Amino acid sequence: MRDNIVNILRQDSRTTPSEIATMLGSTEDVVRAQITELEKSGVILQYSVVVNDELLDDDSSVVAFIEVKCAPERDQGFDHIAQRLQKFPEVQSVYLMSGVFDLLVVVKGRNLREVAAFVSSKLSPIANVVSTGTHFLLKKYKENGIVMGLDENRSHRLNVAF
Amino acid sequence: MLPLSSKVLSIKPSGIRKFFDLVMQSDDIISLGVGEPDFVTPWHITEHAIYQLEKGYTSYTSNYGIIELRREIAAQLEKEFAAFYKPESEVLITVGVSEGLDLAFRTILNPSDEVIVPVPNFVCYSPLVHLAGGKAIEIDTSPTDFILTREQILKALTPNTKAVIIGYPNNPTGATVTEAQLKEIVNVCKEKNLWLISDEVYNQLVYEDKPLSASTYMRENLILLNGFSKAYAMTGWRIGYVACEKDVMDQMVKIHQYATMCAPIMSQYAALEALKHGEKDRERMRQSYKMRRNIVYEELKSIGFDVLEPKGAFYIFPSVKRFGLTAEDFAMRLLTEGRVAVVPSTAFAEGNNDFIRCCYAASLPDLKDALSRIKMFVNTL
Ligand SMILES: Cc1ncc(COP(=O)(O)O)c(C=O)c1O
Repeated sequence: MRDNIVNILRQDSRTTPSEIATMLGSTEDVVRAQITELEKSGVILQYSVVVNDELLDDDSSVVAFIEVKCAPERDQGFDHIAQRLQKFPEVQSVYLMSGVFDLLVVVKGRNLREVAAFVSSKLSPIANVVSTGTHFLLKKYKENGIVMGLDENRSHRLNVAF
Repeated sequence: MLPLSSKVLSIKPSGIRKFFDLVMQSDDIISLGVGEPDFVTPWHITEHAIYQLEKGYTSYTSNYGIIELRREIAAQLEKEFAAFYKPESEVLITVGVSEGLDLAFRTILNPSDEVIVPVPNFVCYSPLVHLAGGKAIEIDTSPTDFILTREQILKALTPNTKAVIIGYPNNPTGATVTEAQLKEIVNVCKEKNLWLISDEVYNQLVYEDKPLSASTYMRENLILLNGFSKAYAMTGWRIGYVACEKDVMDQMVKIHQYATMCAPIMSQYAALEALKHGEKDRERMRQSYKMRRNIVYEELKSIGFDVLEPKGAFYIFPSVKRFGLTAEDFAMRLLTEGRVAVVPSTAFAEGNNDFIRCCYAASLPDLKDALSRIKMFVNTL
């Protein structure tokens, strides 16, 4: 039930509790209570929209994926550095990774210079950051399971058939 | 033009062709008039077919189809329905259930043999019986919630009755037999020595009970038809199968061999991938249809339609009688005034002008939009 509600809202967060109740063969009250619980317990954090930024008129922002190598701290591992990083509004995402680097930081800025400046003046100087590697995003094809632009993977069926 | 086959000429063009043409030409409409999934084929299935093509699998196959696929089908029939068919001689891969239906009728019918066809039903049963030289005896199942009963079969029985064809879960009604109802049909066929042709193309798409197959209860004189079109969203691949006893198959395969040769090889490999690794996708799509079924059923009821809850397939079949319109008039006006396409019941049963078929395999936003348009239209009546 909980998982089903989350999945329905993932698809379309505007689906109303009454619609969800019908879809799942439950009652509106039960669904409402479940959603409240999901919000309270921090499972549902936000109801947002997925936007294709490229189609926005004033889309001049740039996104960079920055590989960060750092020295872990005693008792804290990478948590302390990650917590410092996530405070910056420019930082969209922070992930701890396995492999040749430690943190993957996604940074958004108005232009290349702004992102470069952020890396050199804010990110690199943080204590225990050993090195960074910056990759600028050129084009989004698919994000979070959603294909950007017209999905050619849609059905081409005729309007009517028996 | 020189004379054509009088048999072909005797098949009347569908009376609602004009309506269909109009629907085809309209592009600002929401169509609930389709008869296929709104999903595209799961990518791993398509990708596997492409891979096989790249490896050079572009030839004919055995008339029966590739043995790996027949083995997989036999294994699944055994596992799910305790039905035993030898993959070597009792399973035939066809160009969809459509070809299987044609083969079945042509294999068993002699001139003047009668086939009991419950209606409303998938449009091709009666014309194919006719083309095979038989006579379709249509039985109106609307008084029994679209389930063919023992009494109806007994009442239609004549010395010429040769076979019964059923298709549950049903297109266009969504009606689905229970185990008891299916056994009842099977038992009459056994008792009265009738062939049973069971079109089970929707049998995985059921929403309350588990899938059923006539093959659990009957082997002799049963022709089992199934395919991949609906459950795996593979309508365009044109792939299905027939399972029946060897004696029947030995004859049936002659027609297939001379008329079709074999089903397309890439589609056979796609079907194999679907059976081997497609269960998760099938289940995901089934769940999605079920949620949409619930929305559509509740909303149509609340708009004021008399409607049965469909237990399978992806159609719902409300009556429009109470609005004082025939199904054809309702469908035409809903199209031109409400901009929603549905199919009137006359398409599926000549004399039945009381119901409309709505296919709920449409995206949820489209479905909600269509329902609110239907509601607005009904309010103007
Ligand atoms: C009841 C029924 N049987 C058979 C078919 C045809 O299936 P296939 O694509 O396997 O030829 C359909 C398609 O609409 C159907 O509704």
